[in-house]
Amino acid sequence: MNTPTWFDNPAITVELLPSLGETIAMTAWSTAIAILIGLPLGIWLFVTTKHSLAPNAVLHQVLSTIVNIGRSIPFIVLIIALIPFTRFVVGTALGWQAAVVALTISAIPFYARLVEISLHEVAGGKVEAAQMMGASRGQIIRQVLVPEALPGLISGATVTAVALVNYTAMAGAVGGGGLGDLAISYGYNRYQADVMLACVVLLVAFVGLIQLIGDRLARLVDHR
Amino acid sequence: MIELRSLRKEFAGVVALEDIDLSVPAGEIHGIVGRSGAGKSTLIRCLTGLERPTAGTVTIDGVEISGRRGEELRRARRNIGMVFQHANLLDSRTALGNVEHPLEIAGTGKRERRARAQELLELVGLADRAGNHPAQLSGGQQQRVGIARALAADPRILLCDEPTSALDSGTTRQILELIRSLRERLGITVLIITHEMSVVREVCDSVTLLENGRIARTGTLLDVIRDTDSPLGRELLPLPPGGAGEGTAIEVLLTDVPLRRLLDIVDRHSADAHIDSGAIETITGSPVSRLRFTVGDPGAARALVADLDAAGIHAEVTR
Repeated sequence: MNTPTWFDNPAITVELLPSLGETIAMTAWSTAIAILIGLPLGIWLFVTTKHSLAPNAVLHQVLSTIVNIGRSIPFIVLIIALIPFTRFVVGTALGWQAAVVALTISAIPFYARLVEISLHEVAGGKVEAAQMMGASRGQIIRQVLVPEALPGLISGATVTAVALVNYTAMAGAVGGGGLGDLAISYGYNRYQADVMLACVVLLVAFVGLIQLIGDRLARLVDHR
Repeated sequence: MIELRSLRKEFAGVVALEDIDLSVPAGEIHGIVGRSGAGKSTLIRCLTGLERPTAGTVTIDGVEISGRRGEELRRARRNIGMVFQHANLLDSRTALGNVEHPLEIAGTGKRERRARAQELLELVGLADRAGNHPAQLSGGQQQRVGIARALAADPRILLCDEPTSALDSGTTRQILELIRSLRERLGITVLIITHEMSVVREVCDSVTLLENGRIARTGTLLDVIRDTDSPLGRELLPLPPGGAGEGTAIEVLLTDVPLRRLLDIVDRHSADAHIDSGAIETITGSPVSRLRFTVGDPGAARALVADLDAAGIHAEVTR
């Protein structure tokens, strides 16, 4: 059996592209779902703050604690702890679809906090002005808070997506697939440095692309 | 149009406003002055229902604001336009979009609110900047957009909270001129909260001075200035600093009497009298001046003051 020469390696020629696809799919789905749930959660955290639109100290503390717990559990522990839940949702604990569950759950509290921070940046006078126009809480959230915080919300989503790319590698380690999985199984366990290099280059490029798109989008909606 | 009855506001036992009775008739521009901490901000927050008074009532255009909550309060607020110190425009919207915002909140159709916003931008002289975002506008322009936005829902009352405090003097004059012309054209009632006496002097018909949460003085601008015992009157029409020469200084407040009469009387008593300082203003259409004469002979000065008093001109020796 001859050892494949550099880059003329089935792990690269056959498996690299599908692995990249899995990484992209994992990142895209978990980012999308994390935004979908993290955005309202972050808004809820914000409006229950003292002197905000719907101050509620108890509720705020409860939400805040949940978010903190979610953020403090190490991701690798979270994946394993979530296996029963993942089986229930996806039907299996293996494959990139299963990894999306743990990725999403770890990203929701992360993004919710970033949303809360962005909303705090919106000047109180703008909210007051809308209140004076007779706006309801819903109108203030939709017409003032979210549009005014949009550049920050987009930057937050970018940071979240980049963190998720990182986490996909860990999800790969426990059977999630993707570039991280490929890098560990071939590059690390079988000493195939070319696979490791190819995976890292692709990951770096992918993260760079996310950052580029995120920055562009944020700048596009930033009129300050 | 604006009626405050025995208004009182406490914050955790600390009295911020007490015994506030104030009535501003329709079409008037009323100024509320006072040092910081006097209760101006609390007053405006009570007026808009952002703060609920501890006791007393706030009635605006026949609607009692102080007793309302929720949707009722929101509807009542649409009858009040509010202008802020920093215009508080949304950066995410263009000038036009900002002016449309109150109408959007009220549920006006897109075409109608666009037309109305365009009209208002024209009214404040910014029709050509409709597509600009606030960051592309100067402070004065932003405040004009703020005023247009405050007027969008056709309010009967315009509340201005330190509307010119962040602007330079030239821009301040333009904004005050705009407020005055809006009153003429729309018959709107205006309440201006400010710490700048010059704002009151330039644009207000009447004024209220708040001190430690109470009304220290209220009245028409002319009455307050004519009242020579009122420190507020002196602040509204101050003498320029410096300039006093040797001799006895006499201060004269001239309201209804022609200058000629004054000069005749002065001339009779002292040939060496000269004016060393003076402030001359037209207050709500009437000329008012505060003048300081210096007279060399103290005896002549006393006689002069007596004679001026007899002629109905307020005068006093100040040094």
